[in-house]
Amino acid sequence: MTPGDSDGETTERDGASTASGAAGTERDTGGDGRDADLVDALLDGEHRALARVISKIENRAPGYRDIVSRLHEHTGSASVVGVTGSPGAGKSTLVDKLARAYRDRGETVGVIAVDPSSPYTGGAVLGDRIRMASNAGDMDVFFRSMSARGTLGGLSTATADAVKALDAFGKDRVVIETVGAGQNEVEVVRTADTVAVLVQPGSGDDVQMLKAGILEIGDVFVVNKADMDGAGRTVADLREMLHMRDGDASGVGAAAGHHGVDGDGRGADANGAAGSDGPVGAAGDADRPDDATDDDWDPEVLETVATDGEGVGELLDTLDAHRAWLESSGRLADRERERHAAEIRHLLRSDAAALLERELDARGGVDALAERVRARETDPYAVADEVLAPLADCVGEGRETGDRSGDE
Amino acid sequence: MSTQEREERTVRCLIAKVGLDGHDRGAHVISRAFRDAGFEVVYSGLHRAPEEIVQAAVQEDVDVLGISILSGAHNTLVPKVIEGLEEYGAFDDTLILVGGIVPDEDREKLLEMGVAAVFGPGTPMSETVEFVREHAPDRR
Repeated sequence: MTPGDSDGETTERDGASTASGAAGTERDTGGDGRDADLVDALLDGEHRALARVISKIENRAPGYRDIVSRLHEHTGSASVVGVTGSPGAGKSTLVDKLARAYRDRGETVGVIAVDPSSPYTGGAVLGDRIRMASNAGDMDVFFRSMSARGTLGGLSTATADAVKALDAFGKDRVVIETVGAGQNEVEVVRTADTVAVLVQPGSGDDVQMLKAGILEIGDVFVVNKADMDGAGRTVADLREMLHMRDGDASGVGAAAGHHGVDGDGRGADANGAAGSDGPVGAAGDADRPDDATDDDWDPEVLETVATDGEGVGELLDTLDAHRAWLESSGRLADRERERHAAEIRHLLRSDAAALLERELDARGGVDALAERVRARETDPYAVADEVLAPLADCVGEGRETGDRSGDE
Repeated sequence: MSTQEREERTVRCLIAKVGLDGHDRGAHVISRAFRDAGFEVVYSGLHRAPEEIVQAAVQEDVDVLGISILSGAHNTLVPKVIEGLEEYGAFDDTLILVGGIVPDEDREKLLEMGVAAVFGPGTPMSETVEFVREHAPDRR
């Protein structure tokens, strides 16, 4: 009587969903035939298949690596925007409006919203979906909530893989939304081509906080709730800080910071044209010595009122401008390469760690070794050398004949 | 860490408020209880249409769909949700629960439709959590 407790009951479904549905009810693991079917169903545009693939990615379910491998060749056409900011800055609401605006242009959209989970129970309430009111019932906006699940570093891999699934599915735009709280989240948002950082007005401390990590990754800064008091001040603070950032990076950019803090930045930057903040070809910064390309992207500061959609058009234009700059300057390929390099490294690290974990188990487990260290029979460095020895030998042997290029 | 990842699959739930009633206290309480039980809970927000619930359940790939209705409109709203889930091939492996005030004669009808359980007022939270643990579809 219940759909849940009757696993064997149904493999038949209505004709619309073939492979994807069936994949859900079968229980055995492995079997890449089924995974291949699932990928085919995803490429055919079946929502359920896409949803299931993302679940497998999230769960690190058996076979997920094979699935992602199969998807890879179909990716590369979506442009990916990351939206980050402190809790309550209005990310979800803005993402909702952004998705609506993309839809109005006839583009399809995928959204991945990352929320923290409790480190104690692993549970989470994923509330970003509540704000997706503008796109209710529109299946061409594929919205997916993901929880951080406390897996350090793993989250960025899972997010990047989920983006690939949306990309392969054929989404024109993918938006990643995450709380800009820590290293983990910064990693996540790095999987995007363009990063928008949201800031609330009147939060001087907030802007200060941005210095640590988030300021560096933003391509576009959005002061949301710009109808609140103090919005102009926040815009000015941000501009000043961004100039400082440029100064740090190039050593000469400080000069660009001298255009003063005009108490009210609001309204002055209709389309980011204000002062020296123009996106492309900002002449003032053209003479940096250590930058080969003289058309660096200068981060923009925009204002929005997400709740009524004010400023969303400008944001869209700026995101497009950044995308165009990425393409024309060759930075898109650079970023992609960097991303894949990080991916490869990350996979290697976690795979190698798993390999070593097995080696540890074979040697009686880490606890026994720790006890030996505690008894001063040996020391951690010696243990590490010992455990690593077989692996190092293997790698060394393989290298003997070939050239060694990969060590750092 | 990696072994733990492999062994424990997180149960995903959608707690949905469908239709016009604006009483979401129960939905909030159950969301928190599920969260504290270690589930991942997607909360729909108030006043959702059946299509929105279907969209959310399909896209979020939830194991459990908990529909909270206090308006008495369950006989029209629940079938619409179920139809939508069927359309996307999501009906058979989603555990559907209904919470709220449902007369006994309607309860039977809902169960026949494919609702796994109906939880009325005063149901202990632990009972609902336990039910989900036992019946959440295994769908690897």
